[in-house]
Amino acid sequence: MTSEMAEPASKIELPAGVGGGGEIPTFNITLRVRRYNPEVSEEAAWEDHQLTMYGTDRVLDALHKVKWEIDGSLSFRRSCAHGICGSDAMRINGRNRLACKTLLKDLDTSKPITVEPIKGLPVEKDLIVDMEPFFQSFREVMPFLISKGHEPTKERLQSIEDRERFDDTTKCILCAACTSSCPVFWTDGQYFGPAAIVNAHRFIFDSRDDAGDMRLEILNDKEGVWRCRTTFNCSEACPRGIQVTQAIAEVKQAILARKI
Amino acid sequence: MTAIQNPRSGQLGSGKIAPQYKRSGGSKGNFEMLAWLFMRLSGVVLVVLIFGHLFVNLLVGEGIHAIDFGFVAGKWADPFWQFWDLAMLWLAMLHGTNGVRTIINDYAEKDATRFWLKVVLYAASAVIVILGTLVIFTFNPCPVVDGVQLPGGFCPAP
Repeated sequence: MTSEMAEPASKIELPAGVGGGGEIPTFNITLRVRRYNPEVSEEAAWEDHQLTMYGTDRVLDALHKVKWEIDGSLSFRRSCAHGICGSDAMRINGRNRLACKTLLKDLDTSKPITVEPIKGLPVEKDLIVDMEPFFQSFREVMPFLISKGHEPTKERLQSIEDRERFDDTTKCILCAACTSSCPVFWTDGQYFGPAAIVNAHRFIFDSRDDAGDMRLEILNDKEGVWRCRTTFNCSEACPRGIQVTQAIAEVKQAILARKI
Repeated sequence: MTAIQNPRSGQLGSGKIAPQYKRSGGSKGNFEMLAWLFMRLSGVVLVVLIFGHLFVNLLVGEGIHAIDFGFVAGKWADPFWQFWDLAMLWLAMLHGTNGVRTIINDYAEKDATRFWLKVVLYAASAVIVILGTLVIFTFNPCPVVDGVQLPGGFCPAP
């Protein structure tokens, strides 16, 4: 382990003309972005950009290309750019997705790729919406551990089965893709929305938590779980693959089981 | 000691007014839960009632050719069918009314629109339910008006 081995020469003969491994196919796309700037106009408008992108690029890379090389005034949120911070949920080709998880090659590049802000929340500029109504519903379900009795001196133990019970809903990244895909939420924004119910579900079915009844009471509201029409838009929109509609149904059943 | 400044967007004089988002008054009681439950239960019962109704009226015996005024009169002479039709009327009307109520709640954007649409809905439903119930219980196949027998071949002569 002391002497460094020289890397052996490759035994594969590459014919001349074939590039190295770094060669990625490119293609042209039309990116159609919904632009809105209240300081200039009250009207939102579509704006097209012709871009040459690589096969490994995502919608976020196309937006970056526009912002960094063409028009710096384009505004959108993104933080980690790797599908975990939940900042860049937007409506791409009419479906809610994360711009950082949507590869351009998976979309129909022969037609313009439309990018809009998520629906149902007030647009502030371009693709940025005011997330406050969304987070307010989230706060209302008390998404934190509430326990009764003495604090344990060690960690709170939980069996594998008990942990499994709410595993699906722990995956939420609060991107609002589900809530802003819900037709009931679009109308008046009074509905708690799938995301708040998912995060309530995460604690209601946690064996370590003692405030499940309180959360069920909150969601028994007229704007709570009973406004769900099981259209499955939320399950389809979730970039983490959470079975949102199923989680909502489980909360409904928990409320029924408690009341009857 | 440096104090951390408040975010500019919410400050006075920043030009931006942070909007207040309020959930309009929460509901007391379990009405929405009971309405949700009623839709499922009445749906199941209605499947039985309606298909039973269609089977008896359209398939049994002479089937569709037997349906006339006398057929209905004969059915309503039996308390069993009176009850069957009454249950069907009430469940279907309440089921339908509640369905339209949720549609109004989902799609009406203004509170005033929502209110008036519901007033119309409830009024229409009430009229149909009351009228239907009245007909089922007070139905008289051989009415005598001013001493004159209205036509009806199956009626006994006065």
